[in-house]
Amino acid sequence: MNKSVEIKNLDLEFGAVKVLQNLNLDIGKGEFLVLLGSSGCGKSTLLNCIAGLLDVTAGQIHINDKNVTWAEPSERGIGMVFQSYALYPQMNVEGNLSFGLKNAKLPKDEIAKRIKRASEILQIEPLLKRKPAALSGGQRQRVAIGRALVRDVDVFLFDEPLSNLDAKLRADLRVEIKRLHQNLGNTMVYVTHDQIEAMTLADRIAIMRGGQIMQLDSPEEIYGRPVNKYVAGFIGSPSMNFLEGRIEGDVFLVGDLAIPLAGYEFASGNAVSGEASLGIRPEHVVTGELVGNAPFQIDIDVSLIEPTGSDTLVDCEVAGHPFRVRMDGQAKIKVGERLRLGLDLSKASLFDKTSELRL
Amino acid sequence: MVDITSSQLSGPQGPKPRKALSRRNILLYGTLFVVTVYYALPLYVMIVTSLKGMPEIRLGNIFSPPVEVTFEPWVKAWAQACTGLTCDGLSTGFWNSVRITIPSVILSIVIASVNGYALANWKFKGADAFFTILIFGAFIPYQVMLYPIVIMLREIGLYGSLTGLVIVHTIFGMPILTLLFRNYFTSLPEELFKAARVDGAGFWGIYFRIMVPMSLPIFTVAMILQVTGIWNDFLFGVVYTRPESYPMTVSLNNIVNSTQGVKEYNVNMAATIITGLVPLTIYFVSGKLFVRGIAAGAVKG
Amino acid sequence: MADARPSQLFRNKSAKIAAIPMIVTALFVFVGGTAWTIVYSFTKSGLLPRLKWVGLDQYERLWSTKRWIVSIENLMIYGLSMLVLVFVIGFILAALIDQKIRFENTIRTVILYPYALSFVVTGLVWQWILNPEFGIESIVRSWGWESFAFDPLYNADIAIFGVLIAGLWQGSGLVMVLMLAGLRGIDQEVWKAARVDGIPAWKTYIFIVIPMMRPVFITTLVLVVTGIVKIYDLIVAQTGGGPGISTEVPAKYVYDMMFQANNLGQGFAASTMMLLTVALVVIPWAFLEFGGSKKRG
Ligand SMILES: Nc1ncnc2c1ncn2[C@@H]1O[C@H](COP(=O)(O)OP(=O)(O)O)[C@@H](O)[C@H]1O
Ligand SMILES: [Mg+2]
Repeated sequence: MNKSVEIKNLDLEFGAVKVLQNLNLDIGKGEFLVLLGSSGCGKSTLLNCIAGLLDVTAGQIHINDKNVTWAEPSERGIGMVFQSYALYPQMNVEGNLSFGLKNAKLPKDEIAKRIKRASEILQIEPLLKRKPAALSGGQRQRVAIGRALVRDVDVFLFDEPLSNLDAKLRADLRVEIKRLHQNLGNTMVYVTHDQIEAMTLADRIAIMRGGQIMQLDSPEEIYGRPVNKYVAGFIGSPSMNFLEGRIEGDVFLVGDLAIPLAGYEFASGNAVSGEASLGIRPEHVVTGELVGNAPFQIDIDVSLIEPTGSDTLVDCEVAGHPFRVRMDGQAKIKVGERLRLGLDLSKASLFDKTSELRL
Repeated sequence: MVDITSSQLSGPQGPKPRKALSRRNILLYGTLFVVTVYYALPLYVMIVTSLKGMPEIRLGNIFSPPVEVTFEPWVKAWAQACTGLTCDGLSTGFWNSVRITIPSVILSIVIASVNGYALANWKFKGADAFFTILIFGAFIPYQVMLYPIVIMLREIGLYGSLTGLVIVHTIFGMPILTLLFRNYFTSLPEELFKAARVDGAGFWGIYFRIMVPMSLPIFTVAMILQVTGIWNDFLFGVVYTRPESYPMTVSLNNIVNSTQGVKEYNVNMAATIITGLVPLTIYFVSGKLFVRGIAAGAVKG
Repeated sequence: MADARPSQLFRNKSAKIAAIPMIVTALFVFVGGTAWTIVYSFTKSGLLPRLKWVGLDQYERLWSTKRWIVSIENLMIYGLSMLVLVFVIGFILAALIDQKIRFENTIRTVILYPYALSFVVTGLVWQWILNPEFGIESIVRSWGWESFAFDPLYNADIAIFGVLIAGLWQGSGLVMVLMLAGLRGIDQEVWKAARVDGIPAWKTYIFIVIPMMRPVFITTLVLVVTGIVKIYDLIVAQTGGGPGISTEVPAKYVYDMMFQANNLGQGFAASTMMLLTVALVVIPWAFLEFGGSKKRG
């Protein structure tokens, strides 16, 4: 079997509150899996269940083909990194790295060897004698990662490890974590509410909502073919535009527009008539010289522009729905100007009105 | 995703089985039970003793519940028990304590809250220096300041009077209360204060119309702290009042420890409970706020 | 800013007026009163304070008085035992209560209620419970153990421990509450990290949690020590200093000298010694706490 972590029919309740319900998840060996979802959706709870820090209400957890449902966290072959770093403040970096190993009665030279390796990988050798209080946020998180590293385990669990850092450091450390994964090849389960982190790091992303996994797929798939309206709106920034209308035959009717559905791949193979939402990402709207190539074109009035440097976001209205378009930062547009947009349905998404599932 | 039903799972699943009577639980709850009983016992002993007649006390043990409940000790403790001098029970002391506590609590809270407000929002030069002295003053043993205050009170003709004692309580309540109010007012959003100033409100206007209405919880905490502290005071009562205006704690001590006559333990315990009744009631009623008060006493500047 | 700035003195006038009680208290009572007492401890004051200098005479007399020596010894014995026990008991209770137990509120309420009671009430209850004729001793004897002896309040050798029992009963709830607040203030993720590291709970407490609670320990220490030095009402109510002088304490010495023995000079010298004891604890603490960084607090 090539599974590293298997979660089977997992339930978790805090008293009467059901946080996780019948959750199943398989994580492959060496995979980087990101649990992504808004705050309070149960990501940390799931991670804590894997770590053994929470007693599950029902179901099983297997790690490396061993049923560890009742095992202590330290016996599960995991290492964990926390948002608040959770370093032991009264011990220096070396002490932090070695405390667990000493407690497990590992021989001295083995401990020294592991600390040396971890501190080389993470480049924290000059910091070994310092106390956590004398480290910057980024250095602290590196030490926290080191504490997981010295445990010499196959599975690393990260609970929003970068959330306490400022934007620049977050980007740097993100790259380092990715590199670490490439070099070590361990299984990593990574919790975040930041979709950029998720997209850049993950082999697969599990989008969670209300204690359930909405979609489990590669970043490209989640971005390109979201399974429901929630995932579609959650992923992507600025978020997807939705036009509420109905499908009739091979056109989508919204307001007085009839958008041809040619090029759209229906999940069921052929078109389904009925009420639906059409989702189009701002960056998938065609502008400029290429507009002429788009199968469907429409003229709009620019109501607001938000330059961000590399791109310019243009706000307008399409058939009475607010609509955003991402344009090149170089494009010269003014408020009130008329602009021609092209829509390409091959990159769009259609969702059923009531079930909100992808059509 | 494949859905497997639970029945298909084999091996450990669900919560780790734990015995309700594990060794850990027996030890934990056992210890806590013994501890709780130990702390509760004196209150129980006080109550049962105060409800027994003297013959029963001489025969039985102090933990056994009263065979024949009598309230006579309570009546006697309240109205007839003898201190060294008089025999009118605790009632005089009780009313003295009321007459001391009410004005002391009001005066000390008014002064300290205004002080704390001035320190938090109207910093003026030297304010912090005085405040630091005040806080250090809280650590000076009272004994060091006892006599100088006797002299000061004598100078202004208040030595031995209830007013004098009220002033003493106000002085010694000032450090902790000022700290309490200063910290609380500092924690309020500063924009509120600034907005009021922009609107032209002055020192007192802001205090009465904004600070006081927003600070009722902290005033309650201060009140709990002060009522308990002042009611329980013994030292200042003995030093700064005359026997006819002794507070309740002093009368209680004089009743129980007076050497004349036969010891009436039931009356003594009734008197002890009556004296403890006010702070106990406050404690049981106020709960969390009381804890907040003592925690506030422990926080640093 | 540049022109016609109002005089410094009248800026924030209302605030300054409002602060007058604080200023008067700080300067006249706390600083003035303390200085006055220290100064007069070098005089031959008897019934009334008199500025007749006698140098260190009062202190020499103080330290050659049996009762004062016994008072200091008692304070040491009581103080050290109290300190150690109140911390051990307070911390253990807090740690037990922190185990997500049932009835937490009830248990906490019961452990803390003695702290709401005055020392006089505390002293009198324990005087009654420790009464050998009716209390614990008589009960154990009535169970058949005829030679059982537990009469701390009547046995000069151990009388101070009778007071200690009462003091612990009254004060340990406070320490428990402070320690519990400290424990609850610890980042829960540190506990999780320690569990992942496989550190047993007791080791986590000793090597990680307790070191992290240093500020709480120090604050509690200062609070407890200043409370111990002030101990007075408890003794007066429970033992009256007896049997003999076996439970005398400095605060009682001061009161008796000042207001009963008409020996103010002795009272002043003794109270100055008490001040010195407190200063030995408070000043290093203040340096530790506020000396390092002026910004905090
Ligand atoms: N110890 C707890 N007791 C009760 N409810 C909890 C507890 N921990 C978390 N929850 C609830 O479980 C839900 C999921 O929490 P969590 O897993 O921490 O969310 P997140 O996805 O932000 O990490 C939240 O609604 C939270 O309120
Ligand atoms: Mg979380």
